[in-house]
Amino acid sequence: MAQNKKLMLGNQAVARGLHEAGCSFVSSYPGTPSSEITKFAALEEGVYAEWAPNEKVALEGAIGASFAGVRAFSAMKHVGLNVAADPLFTVAYTGVNGGLVVAVADDMGCHSSQNEQDSRHYARAAKVPMLEPADSEECRIFTRMAFEISEEYDTPVLLRLSTRISHSRTLCGMEPSVTYQAKNYVKNASKFVMVPAAARPAHAGLEKRMIALQKYSEDIVINTIEWGNKREIGVIASGIAYQATREALGDDASYLKLGMIYPLPLDLIKKLSESVDELWVIEELDDFIETHCRKNGIEVNGKESLSLLGEYTVQQIRQAVLSQRLPEAPMESALPIRPPIMCPGCSHRAAFHIIKKLKLTVMGDIGCYTLGSAPPLSAMDFCVCMGASVSALHGFLKSRPEYAEKTVGVIGDSTFLHTGINGLMNIVYNQTPATLLILDNSTTGMTGHQDHPGTGKTLDGTTAYAVDLEALCRSVGVSRVKTADPFDLDATEKAIKEELDANEPSVVILKRPCALLPVSRTGCKYKISEDKCTKCRRCLGIACPALQFGINGGIELDANICSGCGLCAKLCKFGAIVKEDSQV
Amino acid sequence: MNIVIMGVGGQGSLLASQLLGELFIRQGLDVKVSEVHGMSQRGGSVITMMRSAKKVYSPLVDPGTADLLIGLEVIETLRGLPFLSKNGKIVATTQIVWPVSAKKDREYGVPEENGAVILDAVELSRRAGNEKTANVAVLGAVSAVMGYDEKAWHEALGATVKPEMLDVNLKAFTLGKQEAMIRQG
Repeated sequence: MAQNKKLMLGNQAVARGLHEAGCSFVSSYPGTPSSEITKFAALEEGVYAEWAPNEKVALEGAIGASFAGVRAFSAMKHVGLNVAADPLFTVAYTGVNGGLVVAVADDMGCHSSQNEQDSRHYARAAKVPMLEPADSEECRIFTRMAFEISEEYDTPVLLRLSTRISHSRTLCGMEPSVTYQAKNYVKNASKFVMVPAAARPAHAGLEKRMIALQKYSEDIVINTIEWGNKREIGVIASGIAYQATREALGDDASYLKLGMIYPLPLDLIKKLSESVDELWVIEELDDFIETHCRKNGIEVNGKESLSLLGEYTVQQIRQAVLSQRLPEAPMESALPIRPPIMCPGCSHRAAFHIIKKLKLTVMGDIGCYTLGSAPPLSAMDFCVCMGASVSALHGFLKSRPEYAEKTVGVIGDSTFLHTGINGLMNIVYNQTPATLLILDNSTTGMTGHQDHPGTGKTLDGTTAYAVDLEALCRSVGVSRVKTADPFDLDATEKAIKEELDANEPSVVILKRPCALLPVSRTGCKYKISEDKCTKCRRCLGIACPALQFGINGGIELDANICSGCGLCAKLCKFGAIVKEDSQV
Repeated sequence: MNIVIMGVGGQGSLLASQLLGELFIRQGLDVKVSEVHGMSQRGGSVITMMRSAKKVYSPLVDPGTADLLIGLEVIETLRGLPFLSKNGKIVATTQIVWPVSAKKDREYGVPEENGAVILDAVELSRRAGNEKTANVAVLGAVSAVMGYDEKAWHEALGATVKPEMLDVNLKAFTLGKQEAMIRQG
């Protein structure tokens, strides 16, 4: 069966689908688990792909390309769609010229996210059709279909992914690309200019479109009933939940597998409902399909027996549907935990060392530096969403001005350009004496080193203007802007203290490239000088993976992973951490 | 067949799963591999699940259902034990990567029961000429446990590693296989 198919990551299959659909414009902001789509799309022939500063800018770019007449696409993680929600709701009114598809990747289980929201609600709220593939082959095919639906029904289309679809490799075929003829661009203000006089009829048109799409959902080939050997149990499912359910209940149950999850069919559901003894909806996160069934008077089983949280295992589904007992949970493990941590040589470690030393209250943000919240650094008080460190710092200090001398906002370079700059304008405009630290490591680190407008390079490696963060902060009215190297601990501490003392808005840019970038290679290693080490363990307070408890209460330094940054050597009061070539 | 590969970032779990994937595809089987990206890679545990059969639905392996647990690090191998089915096999290395802030107040070892194959893959990879091939040495040992002819494995390896790295990987693979055969008697 597998002869002409290759193992392909779900995200790569979406990119392949973009190529096959003749999509020529892709704009995204990275976000796990969606990031690889855009990277792979850039490698596909005929596809222009770029990183935008945030998801709203990315989607609006794609909207412009669609209006211009080409097939356009944007990928984001679930919380990214919150940022891009504004254009989504209104482009649902205008409709499209060239096809417009938006991929949104949910993260059931919170593998790499700050929440576990269910993006299907956006399809309903914005009145936009949504497709959900269940493996890589479907990722490719559904991406193609999404463009066809977009143009046929004059609507943007959402493609819902999830961690286990985006980051699983399954067998995927390839088809030749369609020859897409770009649509003409003709000025059409009543369609594309959403002023109230145009929006009212557009809303009426949108409701009509949804009725047509609902009818289409009864016939679309990707919504099908797979009849089982028996008629006892029927299940409605889509995406990864469908795969787990097929595994759990096998060929005896009957399945309504939904490839289009908004709008939802009704006749198909009734047909299955009337043919089986009991009907189940198996869906991870919210009771989206279940509510649709109940609203239409169809009796279903679902969330009474299954969780609103996290991912489902095959065993949990069997427990719910077949009343099988869950196997006994394994004994609580006494193994040392291995949480994510900052890499050896990470400059954020130095920044958080100073922050901890100064006992600051920290408004945190989203990125590698969120790891500063973990022990032993434990130097974060707050983390909500991209950019919130800056804006919430303002609200916090307006309400508790006595905290101004011991509170900072901490944000990375990519996140600052994403949605941090607006908050800084607010700090200046509304006159809060806040101190913001921008941890500038010249990349988007956590999602896998994507470039951004501050790095001086585009997605395809072309040299670009690099936003000057210092000049940018000055231009919005911050007159006190300093830049320091976080590995220069004294200078960093001095700069932070001075700016905390200043009774006006200030920014300290702590600049040092990510330790994983080639430019950061030091070519040296450190070692412990045993006779000088007093086993005081001060060096362990920075949680560097290269530094470990030794067997006999001493300290061990793993030269294999030491990056040679020398932070630990600077902290050691006894000169016991030295370069490997030192004769000590 | 259900396989769980346990390791930490940078040990080559991904390459191991790709190689096994190539092997199964060549047998005409369906394959699904679930990988870990993002936050969990930042020095955290890396768990890769893969399943192969005539037709595979879920890419995930439930606790108690793994036929094979491949361990690239001792503590992670122990963490993966609940995945193992009753008759499941372990093939694992003796390498230990201590988590930051772990007190080294006890020793950890993978139990050598039920025909588990435990080998010093790092030492074997050094003998092969490149420490980065420790994962492939473990797969050599897996090949002794799992069967399939030598040629299929070599083809899968050839389809997975860079051409200039094939020789050293083949060496590591063979050393791992020999070690497993000695241990299995």
